[in-house]
Amino acid sequence: MSILVTPQTKVLIQGITGSFGARHTQLSLAYGTQVVAGVTPGKGGQTFDAKVPIFDTVQEAVKETGATASAIFVPPPFAADAILEAVGAGLELVVCITEGIPVRDMIKVKQAMHGKKTRLIGPNCPGIVTPGEGKESHGGCRIGIAPGYIHRKGHVGVVSRSGTLTYEAVWQLTCRGVGQSTCVGIGGDPVNGTSHLDSVRMFNDDPDTHGIIIIGEIGGSAEEEAAEWIQQNCRKPAAGFIAGATAPPGRRMGHAGAIVSGGKGTAAAKIQAFRDAGIAVAATPSVMAETLLKLL
Amino acid sequence: MNLHEYQAKRLLAQFGTAVPRGAVSSTAEEAKEVAEKLFAEGARRVVVKAQTHAGGRGKGTFKSGFKGGVKLCDSAQGVFETAKAMLGQVLVTKQTGPEGRLIRKLLIETACPIKRELYVAVLLDRAQSLPLLMASSEGGMDIEEVAAQTPEKIIKEPIDPAAGLMPYQGRKVAASLGLKGDLLNQAAKLLLGVYKTWWESDATLVEINPLCVVEGPDGKDLILAVDGKISLDDNALYRHADIQEMRDLSEEAPLEIEASKHSLNYIKLDGNIACLVNGAGLAMATMDIIQHYGGRPANFLDVGGGASKEQVTAAFKIILSDPNVKAILVNIFGGIMQCDIIAAGIVEAVKATHLTLPLVVRLEGNNVQLGKRILDESGLALVSGDSMADAAEKVVNSARK
Repeated sequence: MSILVTPQTKVLIQGITGSFGARHTQLSLAYGTQVVAGVTPGKGGQTFDAKVPIFDTVQEAVKETGATASAIFVPPPFAADAILEAVGAGLELVVCITEGIPVRDMIKVKQAMHGKKTRLIGPNCPGIVTPGEGKESHGGCRIGIAPGYIHRKGHVGVVSRSGTLTYEAVWQLTCRGVGQSTCVGIGGDPVNGTSHLDSVRMFNDDPDTHGIIIIGEIGGSAEEEAAEWIQQNCRKPAAGFIAGATAPPGRRMGHAGAIVSGGKGTAAAKIQAFRDAGIAVAATPSVMAETLLKLL
Repeated sequence: MNLHEYQAKRLLAQFGTAVPRGAVSSTAEEAKEVAEKLFAEGARRVVVKAQTHAGGRGKGTFKSGFKGGVKLCDSAQGVFETAKAMLGQVLVTKQTGPEGRLIRKLLIETACPIKRELYVAVLLDRAQSLPLLMASSEGGMDIEEVAAQTPEKIIKEPIDPAAGLMPYQGRKVAASLGLKGDLLNQAAKLLLGVYKTWWESDATLVEINPLCVVEGPDGKDLILAVDGKISLDDNALYRHADIQEMRDLSEEAPLEIEASKHSLNYIKLDGNIACLVNGAGLAMATMDIIQHYGGRPANFLDVGGGASKEQVTAAFKIILSDPNVKAILVNIFGGIMQCDIIAAGIVEAVKATHLTLPLVVRLEGNNVQLGKRILDESGLALVSGDSMADAAEKVVNSARK
């Protein structure tokens, strides 16, 4: 098993005809992911790459193809609308890749999603990969922009706010012959759908996940909240890394959410919370996999 | 993006927050005219405030030796002389660094006698994904210190974004601040204005420190936003043409402005090992690992997921314009991008910028062997790192030489 998605998950792509969405749809198809529909308003009836039908609305796409998950590649001004369209169509999972959505839009989206069954991953995230069994993990479910081939099917769950840091951890595991159950990039924005804690809970409940790598960064308190829960409830070994120990306070380090403000959200506080919770903290990003493997 | 105090107060006033009477001036003559008007209206004293984004103005010193970026004056002539001493001069405060900031504008305001100093701010409560109104009876102080020493003196009121800040919430917070009678109603109205400014302008922070109870010209107590600070959500600027016009590039680091033109995310730090990385998380982690091996990062630099040849060249140029840099670490995880293309880009950039500093390159991902071969065969004096750790150790060592 895995969390959130399996190789059978039917995926639709919102913004499939934009250059970014199109490129990553092709990569997901090549990886063997079940991309069953695309949505671009006004382009309904066309076909993407002679394979994937395009619809005007998410609702139609769901009705015609049975898609349960969506990846959003639409530009920032239209992203909040796209997320809520997917929620309105009753999708189980929405993965929003778009970077640069105004915070105010995301506050509204989160409010509007209260009580709805849809889970949101992101925004400003690399997406999710559940590796497949084929060569270079082919045949898995890749929603988003992560490179598929670096993965390997296995039993480590990875959750991170950062894309490239996730790839780094995954690649370290794969190079050591250790596979992953699911890798989740929750995104670098201050308001996001799924938290570290949500992901860790799912990994804890997944019988196929035997260990967890949790990667955090400066800003907010999501890492501390996850650590507290792990200390009380998590039955699986966990290793972690926090990026941004050298970041100056008051400056946004690339990600909108990566900022130490008002003395809150420091790397030191997060590392301490991890240690207090019994999470093995990697001394450098180079030893994330090694740190976990020592526990398994 | 940050605003100057005079811009922040203009926005606050637009959304119904009471601010002192006054105007911005860029010459001493203008300042004098504004002051004459304020005195004619009954002001007993007028304050001259140097406009810069940096905090700590009051306790700052101009490079000319003139002390204080915020001065009270009793006459229009005094305002004229003070303005002359400040305009065109460089103010150094605890937040500007030794280079200081050139003062081009002054805010000239009526200064009413202050009876009480309070604090209010609206910001995002990240844990709840909701706007939060924060207030404290301890105004005029460093609010972080108040929060650390006496957390009970911080009042927090979460706001439902669908309803907005309701008047009763404004009254509740005002009452908690110990305000009564007419002042309670004035403060409640003012708080609604502060929240509205935050929401309507897509701000990340609106902070009034201090919010003051003052004795008005007619002897009655008034509540006024005596200072104002606004930071805006850069991602939302596209829908605020009026706010975009308020951007003051002279307050931003020139290298950071240059970087943003090439869609690079660059932040200058004070170390001597430059880094060039794809992805914000990996860029932060690269800075951390440089420090772990005993070096000091000279910058944060995220070239994004693409890392095109043009971007890498622009990135090298920016890195090299920092005279402190002694060595460079390139750390690229080529997930989707092919490492050979990235390597070719690095080689071209090195040649184009005539790089002579030690360069350590760590490439990982797609076509990595081909990429490394391109680097090895380029004839350039660069060193390959096998892992992040290996590359970090190597660059720290070469910076020491």
